[in-house]
Amino acid sequence: MIKTFDVVIVGAGGAGLRAAVEIPKEYSCAVISKVFPPRSHTGTAQGGVCAALGNMEEDSWENHAFDTVKGSDYLGDQDSIDVMCQDAIRAIIELEHMGMPFSRNEKGQIAQRKFGGHTKPADKNDPYTKRVPVMRSCYSADRTGHVMLQTLFENSIKNQVTFFSEYFATDLIVEDGVCKGVVAMDIATSEITVFQAKAVLFATGGYGRVFRITSNAHAGTGDGMALVYRAGLPLEDMEFFQFHPTGLWKLGILVSEAARGEGGILKNKDGERFMERYAPTVKDLAPRDMVSRAIITEIREGRGVKGSDGTDYVYLDLTHLGKEVIDEKLPEITGFARTYLGVEPTTDPIPIQPTAHYAMGGIPTNVDCEVLKNEKGDIVKGLYAAGECACVSVHGGNRLGTNSLLDLVVFGRRGGKAIADFLKDAKFHEISESAADRTRNVIESIMENKGTEKISNLRTELQNNMMELCGIFRNEQDLRRMIEILRDLRERAKNVFLQDKGRVFNTELIGALELHNLLDTAEATVFSAYARQESRGAHTREDFTSRNDAEWMKHSFAFMKDGGVPELKYKPVTITRYQPMERKY
Amino acid sequence: MDVQLKILRYNPEKDTEPYFQDFTVKGVSNDWRLLDVLQEIKWQQDGTLTFRYSCAHGICGSDGMKVNGKNRLACSLLLKDINTKKTIVVEPLPSLPIIKDLVVDMTSFFSKYEVVKPYLINATPPPQNGERLQSNEDAEKLFESAKCILCACCTTSCPSTWTNENYLGPAAMLKAYRFVYDTRDDAANERLDILDTPDGIWRCHTIFNCIEACPKEINLTWHFSQLKKRISSREM
Ligand SMILES: Cc1cc2nc3c(=O)[nH]c(=O)nc-3n(C[C@H](O)[C@H](O)[C@H](O)COP(=O)(O)OP(=O)(O)OC[C@H]3O[C@@H](n4cnc5c(N)ncnc54)[C@H](O)[C@@H]3O)c2cc1C
Ligand code: SF4
Ligand code: SF4
Ligand code: FES
Repeated sequence: MIKTFDVVIVGAGGAGLRAAVEIPKEYSCAVISKVFPPRSHTGTAQGGVCAALGNMEEDSWENHAFDTVKGSDYLGDQDSIDVMCQDAIRAIIELEHMGMPFSRNEKGQIAQRKFGGHTKPADKNDPYTKRVPVMRSCYSADRTGHVMLQTLFENSIKNQVTFFSEYFATDLIVEDGVCKGVVAMDIATSEITVFQAKAVLFATGGYGRVFRITSNAHAGTGDGMALVYRAGLPLEDMEFFQFHPTGLWKLGILVSEAARGEGGILKNKDGERFMERYAPTVKDLAPRDMVSRAIITEIREGRGVKGSDGTDYVYLDLTHLGKEVIDEKLPEITGFARTYLGVEPTTDPIPIQPTAHYAMGGIPTNVDCEVLKNEKGDIVKGLYAAGECACVSVHGGNRLGTNSLLDLVVFGRRGGKAIADFLKDAKFHEISESAADRTRNVIESIMENKGTEKISNLRTELQNNMMELCGIFRNEQDLRRMIEILRDLRERAKNVFLQDKGRVFNTELIGALELHNLLDTAEATVFSAYARQESRGAHTREDFTSRNDAEWMKHSFAFMKDGGVPELKYKPVTITRYQPMERKY
Repeated sequence: MDVQLKILRYNPEKDTEPYFQDFTVKGVSNDWRLLDVLQEIKWQQDGTLTFRYSCAHGICGSDGMKVNGKNRLACSLLLKDINTKKTIVVEPLPSLPIIKDLVVDMTSFFSKYEVVKPYLINATPPPQNGERLQSNEDAEKLFESAKCILCACCTTSCPSTWTNENYLGPAAMLKAYRFVYDTRDDAANERLDILDTPDGIWRCHTIFNCIEACPKEINLTWHFSQLKKRISSREM
């Protein structure tokens, strides 16, 4: 079946919905999502969304931009960061106007609180020497992402957006550098549809499920990234994957940085506030990459607590905040500790360990969300990406907390606007039913395979090994091993056996397709990490411990090649106002 | 320890009627979520068992199902909170058409949601350079209703829904509250008109099933009593 729309948006999280709301009514627009829109992962975001509104204390977008650049370990493109931080103020006010329920300050404005890595100069005349934490994160208790997603879903209903819910995108049709549409499967019936479109926007989110311990939903399998990668287009900076310091022990469920923003403290088994040794000025509110490394270092040096599952954890202590603050400001996350670990956060510290959280890398785009086809910055006509699946790059080597929700609404809107502009004189490209052949062949070969491998076993092996060998600390030997393991898993993935041979809601088939996507995103991640011989942001090499600006101030672009070894190319970082300096907090 | 389950199965390609199938899962512990148990079955025993899930921690609203007669989220229910000495009975959410096994057709649930105009309506343009002001007190009045994750546990547990498929149901009415009580909205009357109809709020006989079922512990009936009062005072 062929369906035709001016625009097709793949993904109905914050980025996809914000883009959809921006498409003018005179164009037909379809939003495809593998889960119902309000089930998207954006809904799990807790802590807040960033903008220098200055509602609680003086602040400026330039402060925000400086923090973002520094937080990115100077890998973020400074022109894009300026665009995001400057537009942040308008974007958050706009969400409020759309109806998003925020917590408020005494004046009735949007309330703001502290978050890791957000600072301002202690002395205005001397902006760079001493910086102190600032209240910049706009929030709605600890359900910021949930109410943002709801608000954007509500506005899409108001704007009568056409949804194809529980449709799974399987292929991207790009020919001669021009995007013609996507192929998707209706999960309920397994029917395959070719969506012909003048413009396609990917907003498919992250791929945290490539790691064993993750805060990401099961749907976070990097589908959009894998589709783009398989279409011969590059993935950028995939070696930069953020581990959030405070995941609930064993489960990886996130305990938002808001907990530390409100005053929560990390402690090792001796009850020592160890962050004082690693980041003397901002302590527990240091950026995530630093705190995660600090926790692992504490554990490696024997100051962690051994859990019943054999893994080690440290404590997040909220007890001194008092029941009132906890119940009012952090109800959801303290509820998780109670439900899943049986820990009462008002009286006992919460066992935590780092959890795979956020992909800084992804589908390369410019500030108008146009997808780049190479490291020179040439674009693919009609193809756009926004949100976590994209890499603009505003987050560089390490994303600051609350900058992702911001990224979604700023770049979701910019993508929508750029598409509206493009549509003024864009046309449909010829497309035939055979565009779905590749998808049909893949699905048929999976369904008919008489192999012996179980999808879940392959997935677990991938996740365990990625965690051990390509996680917070990396080295050449481990990465080499991971490359071999990946090769083996790819071979075995050709040999999976499905028990479900039906066409109605075949989630086992979806699992198989997602496994392929995980393997592809893992490939780009591991090879980019292997090549980058330095430590920067979330990418920490034990064999190359310092940042090497002379050789590595550049973005990795990985291109899929036959034979399982991607080709790597590089694009220089855009530097405008801020020269790289040592990153101390 | 081991757990025994009875799971309602239905595959429209093969079965004429739903039926129960027994499963045993070995080596589980008390801190497992029911979702973990179902995944263990799907991944290690029977790949055809079908259910929805995504976030695995009670935020996305995907995995509402009936467990031992009560609507629950499989990811928010721990084995230690179930009597595992007895067989755990798992069925799809009641009153919605079954697509396959535990997966139900949510179309009618979402269309009722759309009926109450679930979005902010305000004809006055917002201030040029700032937010529409709202006191924190007024904001917090919305928070409990805004917690709703649209899981349908409440609506499908409601006896009034079972007897009248056109009844709006608790989830949609809660969404109406969310906007009726938003100081920034000025379409309260439009929504109250929608609630004040034969298939609207008066079908709610305060039976409390919905509160029992809500995984986010939302006090639904309190919200409905506010709406009922508001409708009544409007008529006077
Ligand atoms: C627990 C948690 C807490 C967080 N807290 C914060 C925070 O406080 N502040 C902050 O700024 N950031 C936070 N983040 C990060 C932020 O929430 C995410 O990066 C962001 O929500 C991603 O949004 P998105 O729109 O890009 O994608 P998502 O919301 O992940 O949506 C992806 C969409 O793509 C669809 N999709 C994917 N694959 C396919 C396919 N093959 N076919 C069809 N559809 C597909 C999905 O159905 C879904 O609709 C948090 C992240 C996590 C995990
Ligand atoms: S209280 Fe009202 S809405 Fe809730 S279950 Fe009873 S009748 Fe249904
Ligand atoms: S009110 Fe509760 S039970 Fe009903 S849909 Fe919302 S979260 Fe689910
Ligand atoms: S899986 Fe998201 S609510 Fe249970």
